[in-house]
Amino acid sequence: MTNPFPLSKDDLLKCYRTMRTIREFEERLHVDFSRGDIPGFVHLYAGEEAAATGIMKHLNSGDRIASTHRGHGHCISKGVDVVAMMKEIYGKKGGTGNGKGGSMHIADLSMGMMGANGILGAGAPLVCGAALAAKFRNKGEVAISFVGDGASNQGTFLESLNLAAVWNLPALFVVENNGYAESTARDYATAVDSYVDRAAGFGMPGITVDGTDFFAVYEAAGEIIQRAREGGGPSLLECKMVRFYGHFEGDAQTYRATGELDDIRANHDCLKKFGVQVTAAGVISAAELQAIDQQVLAVIEDAVQQAKAAPLPTLADLTTDVYISY
Amino acid sequence: MARKISIKQAVNEALDQEMARDPAVICMGEDIVGGTGAGGEADAWGGVLGVTKGLYAKYGDRLMDTPLSESAYIGAAIGAAACGMRPVAELMFIDFMGVCFDQIYNQAAKFRYMFGGKAETPVVIRAMVGAGFRAAAQHSQMLTPLFTHIPGLKVVCPSTPYDTKGLLIQSIRDNDPVIFCEHKALYGIEGEVPEASYTIPLSEANIVREGKHCSIVTYGLMVHRSLEAAATLAKEGIEVDIVDLRSLSPLDLDTVLDSVTKTGRLVCVDEASPRCNIATDISAQVAMQAFSALKAQIEMVTPPHTPVPFSPTLEDLYIPSAAQIAAAVRKTIKGGQA
Ligand SMILES: Cc1ncc(C[n+]2csc(CCOP(=O)(O)OP(=O)(O)O)c2C)c(N)n1
Ligand SMILES: [Mg+2]
Repeated sequence: MTNPFPLSKDDLLKCYRTMRTIREFEERLHVDFSRGDIPGFVHLYAGEEAAATGIMKHLNSGDRIASTHRGHGHCISKGVDVVAMMKEIYGKKGGTGNGKGGSMHIADLSMGMMGANGILGAGAPLVCGAALAAKFRNKGEVAISFVGDGASNQGTFLESLNLAAVWNLPALFVVENNGYAESTARDYATAVDSYVDRAAGFGMPGITVDGTDFFAVYEAAGEIIQRAREGGGPSLLECKMVRFYGHFEGDAQTYRATGELDDIRANHDCLKKFGVQVTAAGVISAAELQAIDQQVLAVIEDAVQQAKAAPLPTLADLTTDVYISY
Repeated sequence: MARKISIKQAVNEALDQEMARDPAVICMGEDIVGGTGAGGEADAWGGVLGVTKGLYAKYGDRLMDTPLSESAYIGAAIGAAACGMRPVAELMFIDFMGVCFDQIYNQAAKFRYMFGGKAETPVVIRAMVGAGFRAAAQHSQMLTPLFTHIPGLKVVCPSTPYDTKGLLIQSIRDNDPVIFCEHKALYGIEGEVPEASYTIPLSEANIVREGKHCSIVTYGLMVHRSLEAAATLAKEGIEVDIVDLRSLSPLDLDTVLDSVTKTGRLVCVDEASPRCNIATDISAQVAMQAFSALKAQIEMVTPPHTPVPFSPTLEDLYIPSAAQIAAAVRKTIKGGQA
């Protein structure tokens, strides 16, 4: 059987594993949050896995990304350790930030993951800086700013588009359009329908893809990332996607139309789509996917157990890491 | 007046009564209505914690959900205020001020002075302040000192439902820009609040407990921690005066000085970072103006000079506790003259 996909079977399995890991990580947080195990604000990436995974598949650890408040999927697909992430979300030592940051501030600079962010739009200028540094290093590295449809209306984001174009930076701007900013509809809050038009207004190419279709994302991202690596400058990629859960955990989502969530889960599940695509082509069997599902469940269970068992930070930790020296 | 309501309800009622009274009052902010443009319930959120819920049904388009663009809509509220409206803009978390600070501190704050007294900017910017929500470093700050530092801004931070309603109504009627700080950990606390509209001047501190041994000067959540400390201290025979500043700018220094003159001792309690905060300001003022009344050195209780940590264990250690406040009071008493 010939493989019609742009990735080897091995890579396809890896991408599936990444998407499934994100999904199960988020499903588990959803349950554990409702049980009261997890403090603070938690924004789940479930439903949006294909975007992060399809884009990150093109990146190496020298490539940088700046994430959003909904950052778990970006972290996992960029290679951040799920145990360290889980510990962070539980506020424990050994977490990515030793419990000081929490869900909204997971980072792993060694993996090129410059941080989830509690301030919307804040990642875009930072990515201009990362791209500028990459340009000076001259090794063909790129930097990617993820931004929601809501945060795409921040001045910081719009200024960054212009700056990246003016400096011809190897910067990419990914708008994750899930239709909502909290409870407010994208179509109300954003005057222009097309992000392709918006990109044109800043003198850069723009592409819109179905963000629930892994292969559509993979292909489009590959093209713009390659161009940026070769000195062709910034681009904007819109991924139209769906959010399976509320804005944050605890959101009753009464702003959604009746039946909307059922439809999203039934017809726009990126993992289901991927499964159908690869099994229909006969490249991967359902049993192979199920085996990964089982393994991932065990990985997540282990991460939760390790997080629960990890030590709490203490008074001595409170005042460390404010400065390098003081 | 037996009716008890929460701080959250007090904010809602103040907005409701002022919107009913004055058609120039409009409200804007992210998701203050909620569900705008979506296919489900209108007024789905009423703000991220439901504070403005129900107002949309009464006032419709006078409440506006905004795009996620703080510079633009906070600036628009300020501009509209300069042109005859009385906007109440919600910044959600005060931590987001970084995005739109120019509009606040270079524009709203300075119009009146720069334009030779000819401008009026009756805008209110409401925002949640403070720690305790496990909301981490970018959603938990007590940034009151940053605003207090700016000439031209008024800064209010109530601690009770009664004060919240009266101070918010006054802030809306006030013709200067007011930063109205709502402590997110206090939204649920209940207290007696008259149904009728009333105002509390922005220049009057409130003595929330009287005692002769030591003055505690504070505001916001720390008023409650100080009251807890006072209850413990009372069992030891130590009676404290607690001054709730309520408004940080303007500052009712007279009430502070009177209290310190009476007790001879001062503990300043502030949830803001320890450098250049409200506690340091009050301490300096008292040292300058009532030095001879002091029987002991001034004490301050603040968090450490760190960002707000996420981990509940650390956050609980970060926020000043009743025990720390009580210890500071004991120190002024032991360390001082009789
Ligand atoms: C500067 C700033 N303003 C407002 C918020 C509050 N907030 C957090 S998430 C959010 C909506 C984000 O919508 P979008 O950018 O579409 O991302 P999504 O949540 O849909 O992934 C808002 C308003 C914030 N965290 N930072
Ligand atoms: Mg969105």
